[in-house]
Amino acid sequence: MKKSFVLMDLECAHCAAKMEQAIARLEGVNQVSVNFLAQRLTLDAQDDKFAALVEEAGKICKKIEPDCRLVVK
Amino acid sequence: MSRKQKKMLWRILAAGALFLLLGVTPLGEGAWWPLYLIPYGLVGWDVLLRAGKNMGHGQLFDEHFLMSVATIGAFACGQAPEAVAVMLFYQVGELFQSVAVGRSRRSIAGLMELRPDWAYVERAEGLCQVDPEEVAVGEVIQVRPGERIPLDGEVVEGSSSLDTAALTGESVPRAVGPGEQAASGCVNLTGLLRLRVSRPYADSTVAKILDLVENAGEKKARAEQFITRFARYYTPVVVWAAVALAVLPPLLGMGPWMMWVQRALNFLVVSCPCALVISIPLTFFGGIGGASRRGILVKGGNYLEGLAKPSVVAFDKTGTLTRGVFSVTQVCPAGVTEEELLLWAAAAEQSSNHPVARCVMQACPQRPLPQLEWAEELAGRGVRSGAEGHILLAGSRRLLEEAGIPCPEGDAPGTVVYVARDGQYLGRLTVADQPKEGAAQALKDLKAAGVSATVLLTGDNQAAGLAVGQALGIDRVYAQLLPGDKVAQVERLLQEKAPGTNLVYVGDGINDAPVLTRADIGVAMGAMGSDAAIEAADVVLMDDDLSKLAEAIRIARRTVTIARENLVLALGIKGLVLALSAVGYANLWMAVFADVGVTVLAILNAARMLYTPKS
Repeated sequence: MKKSFVLMDLECAHCAAKMEQAIARLEGVNQVSVNFLAQRLTLDAQDDKFAALVEEAGKICKKIEPDCRLVVK
Repeated sequence: MSRKQKKMLWRILAAGALFLLLGVTPLGEGAWWPLYLIPYGLVGWDVLLRAGKNMGHGQLFDEHFLMSVATIGAFACGQAPEAVAVMLFYQVGELFQSVAVGRSRRSIAGLMELRPDWAYVERAEGLCQVDPEEVAVGEVIQVRPGERIPLDGEVVEGSSSLDTAALTGESVPRAVGPGEQAASGCVNLTGLLRLRVSRPYADSTVAKILDLVENAGEKKARAEQFITRFARYYTPVVVWAAVALAVLPPLLGMGPWMMWVQRALNFLVVSCPCALVISIPLTFFGGIGGASRRGILVKGGNYLEGLAKPSVVAFDKTGTLTRGVFSVTQVCPAGVTEEELLLWAAAAEQSSNHPVARCVMQACPQRPLPQLEWAEELAGRGVRSGAEGHILLAGSRRLLEEAGIPCPEGDAPGTVVYVARDGQYLGRLTVADQPKEGAAQALKDLKAAGVSATVLLTGDNQAAGLAVGQALGIDRVYAQLLPGDKVAQVERLLQEKAPGTNLVYVGDGINDAPVLTRADIGVAMGAMGSDAAIEAADVVLMDDDLSKLAEAIRIARRTVTIARENLVLALGIKGLVLALSAVGYANLWMAVFADVGVTVLAILNAARMLYTPKS
């Protein structure tokens, strides 16, 4: 499954790259891309783990940039 | 500015004022130095807090951490004013960056205004205001003047002019009337339109474009990938170099500890990667945004980068270089007038639905046509018919020769229609496609933009191909190609091109999908409404205007140049300040410039891309 999310208050370009790396390392993620300027996270991951992975990705983003929130549409 | 940004601005102003006050009064001197902690804390408390938090998360080398260490170190070395200044300027830079990024984001978001909020649909209970996604295909929607068309549809009633600028960058409004297609995203300017919806919202022109623009950032340019990878190593390397610089020379007896620690602090300030990481993607983002405002959709930074180095540009013929509309281009009567020839040709063809016959009918201005009595179609040869007592023949040369009528062979490119009446040859008509207006100029522009060769690939016959090629000044023409041959020919061209350059293929996107995919950069023309084009191409020219291609190349070049400038600027200044710091010629002020100053300059430079001037 592939889905896009909005990253509210993503302010630091370097952090976006770090988030991308960290999320890509999670098990079950096929592909992930964090677009700093569009403030979007696009996650392509296994269907059965998708919900859990989105939650995990949100935590990672918060850890790297505390103000940043992952909005599930 | 957002509320968060305004708050930051006040903190910076307050801290700056306090800092100046301490600087001009004796309060800031000697034993009073702890007073500097007040402005420092005021402007930098959140940086310290986040550094602490991130350390807990194992995020060393993050910029807050680096700034905290550098400034605390400066305090420890007795450089209290510098410490405050570093923090102050760091925050100024961050604020500036945040405002500039917000602006760039908003200017791209301007495109997003295409998204329609409502559709007014006619239902049994009257006119309903509903979400465009809830409108079914076949329902009728109303669009009032001044409103944006929410869904693609065919005009059922009303005529108006449409502002297509948001889709095509074209400022001249387009007229529509009953029976014509209206694309979503256009603004209805003058009259009330009733449209029968032809596609669901998810497949509409607007939804496709929005999706494309939003996803453009995912395909990163090589320069972007390089800088992200570089930054991953840059910061740790510089931080460890700082540690080495602080510890090794004093241990080797090369000077006092204090001096080396101060130099190492410079390193920490310069080691922040943000200028690098933000400047390149911002440039490409701006380039893609600027291009899309001119009706040129680029699907990713990598394609923009590729478009900057075109060597061979190959074109499809019909619909790309030519209008794709056939018309009579030559009338050669034999013993009769042109009008007579056209009249009898039209009379012979009037019952036929063949495209060539339709063209002949259109070319004849006279009405009524001679009364048709009977007609028979001879597949692949033409028609034989009777009108007002005459026996008429119109079709290929073979048709007339079979009837024993000698006729000279025509040499004009296109389909030739030979006409005879009662066994007598009247002359011939040539039906051909016409080059688009502006196509010749567009090809000249491409050559001027440094394209080394232009190539025409067509499924049409040699004569038709050569004629278009000559009329437009195309270097090479390959004719009579089946779709599979086109791919093979593109493969050959790919092998011939100079290394490091790209083959651009321009097609109308309907039957060219395999070739568009195979070429380095596939450009689809006139994509308003064509799904296949948007899917297969890397670059989409929204209107049929070929001149946009040269413009796209210009924008791509500008983007790549600015990206390169930013790279050289950021790496150059950082490298220089690092070198000067190592030998003791740079102070903390210079380090702050190398960090924050360079970021600001790179952002301003990248912002130039958002305002692409008209050529």
